[in-house]
Amino acid sequence: MTATDSPVLTADGTPLKASLRRALRREKARAFLLVSPLLLFVLMTFIAPIADMLFRSVENGIVHDTIPRTVQALRNWDPGESEVPGDDVFEAFYTDMVFAVERKSHTRLGSRLNYERTGLASLFRKSGRRVGTFDTKDYADAFNMLDPAWNDPATWDMLAESEAASLPHTASAYATWLGVVLADGGDPLEEEPWDVLYAALYSDLMQAPAGGFENPLLDDAQSAATGFEPVSLREQFGAIDEDWLDPQVWRTIQTYAARYTPGYFLNSVDLKLTADGVQYRDEGDRIYILLFGRTLYMSLVITISCILLGYPVAFLLANLPLRTANILMILVLLPFWTSLLVRTSSWKVLLQQQGVINDILVALRIVDDASRLVLINNQTGTIIAMTHILLPFMILPLYSVMKTIPPAYVRAAKSLGATDWTAFWRVYFPNSVPGIGAGSVLVFILAIGYYITPELVGGTRGVFISNRIAYHISSSLNWGLAAALGTILLFAVLILYWTYDKIVGIDNVKLGG
Amino acid sequence: MSGLPPYASFTQKLWYYAFRVICGVVFFFLIAPIIVIVPLSFNAEDFFTFTPEMLALDPDGYSLKHYNDFFTNPDWQQAMWNSIRIAPMATLLSVSFGTLAAIGLSQPHVPFRRALMAILISPMIVPLIISAAGMYFFYSRVGLQGSYWGVVLAHAALGIPFVIITVTATLVGFDRSLTRAAANLGANPVTTFAKVQMPLILPGVISGGLFAFITSFDEVVVVLFVGSAGQKTLPWQMFTGLREQISPTILAVATILVTISAILLATIEILRRRSERLRGMSPG
Repeated sequence: MTATDSPVLTADGTPLKASLRRALRREKARAFLLVSPLLLFVLMTFIAPIADMLFRSVENGIVHDTIPRTVQALRNWDPGESEVPGDDVFEAFYTDMVFAVERKSHTRLGSRLNYERTGLASLFRKSGRRVGTFDTKDYADAFNMLDPAWNDPATWDMLAESEAASLPHTASAYATWLGVVLADGGDPLEEEPWDVLYAALYSDLMQAPAGGFENPLLDDAQSAATGFEPVSLREQFGAIDEDWLDPQVWRTIQTYAARYTPGYFLNSVDLKLTADGVQYRDEGDRIYILLFGRTLYMSLVITISCILLGYPVAFLLANLPLRTANILMILVLLPFWTSLLVRTSSWKVLLQQQGVINDILVALRIVDDASRLVLINNQTGTIIAMTHILLPFMILPLYSVMKTIPPAYVRAAKSLGATDWTAFWRVYFPNSVPGIGAGSVLVFILAIGYYITPELVGGTRGVFISNRIAYHISSSLNWGLAAALGTILLFAVLILYWTYDKIVGIDNVKLGG
Repeated sequence: MSGLPPYASFTQKLWYYAFRVICGVVFFFLIAPIIVIVPLSFNAEDFFTFTPEMLALDPDGYSLKHYNDFFTNPDWQQAMWNSIRIAPMATLLSVSFGTLAAIGLSQPHVPFRRALMAILISPMIVPLIISAAGMYFFYSRVGLQGSYWGVVLAHAALGIPFVIITVTATLVGFDRSLTRAAANLGANPVTTFAKVQMPLILPGVISGGLFAFITSFDEVVVVLFVGSAGQKTLPWQMFTGLREQISPTILAVATILVTISAILLATIEILRRRSERLRGMSPG
């Protein structure tokens, strides 16, 4: 049959090719449908949380959301000059702070900025208590004296709508005020306008050209306001704490105003983002490089101990008769199946200074009773316990690779005159290297992400980067930094897994031998 | 290695026995920490070491008081019940979704098989502390943090890879002509699945389920972050106990858990052999 012949038809008259293609498509769709519920489930319960963590490691909306006006005003401030920002920044900051205090979000902003500059948390807390009692009350009194209409929120509501263009600060402050009052469950028409609104009005009136208002109320207010005693918000803030007159504080706020920041990642590697670019953190604060280094070093030590202990055992298991090997395999699998907490508690009990190991050593007179070994709450404790916990993960892949090495290879080498050692080193060992590779990558990956065991037996010097992540989540509440550290760790693990996939293939992961 | 030839030299003999001694030491290292807690848990004193009475095998040196404490202390009882409530639910979720997906993944034509596999296996690959951090952030956003269902969903996600791996491994040897034969004899897909496919892959499903169960039952990192005091499980209670003030009751709990693990291990081993026999593979 040649290509020019009429196409082969199926019983119902459709071309065979099309019919087959349709069947294949249906089969693919069915397979996908079977997988899709689980895919959705994993996407929602697992992948979304990971994505959330990645997002949080750069997300920094809190500065922008809490003090939007200040962020806006600071854009025009040139941090190159070592001077305090102008009055416009302080006015904007005053407005933002009053509302932030009402929403109780200023302390959160303070803690956020405190990660970048120590002292800002208490500065924000302190200012939050005082910002409601500023001398801007004088403006309120003066305007109310001028015309009682100013004491009626309806006036403000009307002006915010009709004069929004000529009173930008007032309109924006009023909109936020309305939101705050409503969120509090209050009635905006019953509420007395706050000082902050009068301050915004004063600032708008002073900036507008004289006599530029159609509205007689505003016109009067403007001409009267020129006679008011001006309240310097800069001095008001300076009176709370002179840190507000420190340009460095404002530079920190300006540097971290962006919605997305590389700051957390820089912190994770002992750097910090300052107004003058990226710098090293202070000598005493540089702990993360050390911790990453220690995590890698200890994982490496654990991996090597696992190879040294696991190789002979795997070799023995692979070369014993099946029945004996299966019985001995139980000794490997039982620890593998035993709860991590059980094994850790057992090491905690064994390694104590009054524990079984020290008791035996003392009884055997290897160690003097007075100088019992310190085996726990240090690196030794972590390494011993984790080697024990991860050893099965080394033995099992080694065993499955060694099982596939034909015994005839070694026999052939020996019959050609090799000594036992040469036969092993030149023939058997190279064949078992894939097993070492697989086991090492597996143990190493598991080790660098470990949390429980280092936390319980590691003390302060035997902890890993994961313990620091947990600390930032539950104690210091610096979630952004925790997310950035986690992201770095995640990528390290993914790269290692990619390597593992290249060596053995993820599909060959075996469970329980 | 299966025995020493009669012509072995002295060095060969020496090495042969030395090697066995080395392996014996490693086996001892592996098993001793688990075995040693069993007698210690019967200690009549609140010590973590063998008392002279215990070494003298004096019955007075042994008691069940730590077990008694476990079964009467409200903290431990609460933790035990929480574990019993959480683990089976999480297992049920992972097994039902996982088995369905494993059957889908073993079809001859699956679009994006590698990518799908990578996503579904990922909960096993990602270090627990990272999963815990991500879940803590995300579950707080959606209001699941600190709830029973939050912990169950998190544990189900962690157990899924184990179900997928074991069930797909069982399906590798599955003879597809059996389902075709069933269809040929007039069975609809549901009957075929229930009467032909399911009984054959059941050992794989059960051992996958046991893996998922033990994952949830032993899990502590995720529950520490995703759960609240109301979801305190047995491992969590052990963790707190170990970190704050270690009480010998932990040894009694540990002994109970070792017994459970040994039973699960035996079950899985029996299922594995049965499955291989069913699929016509040689045991072992």
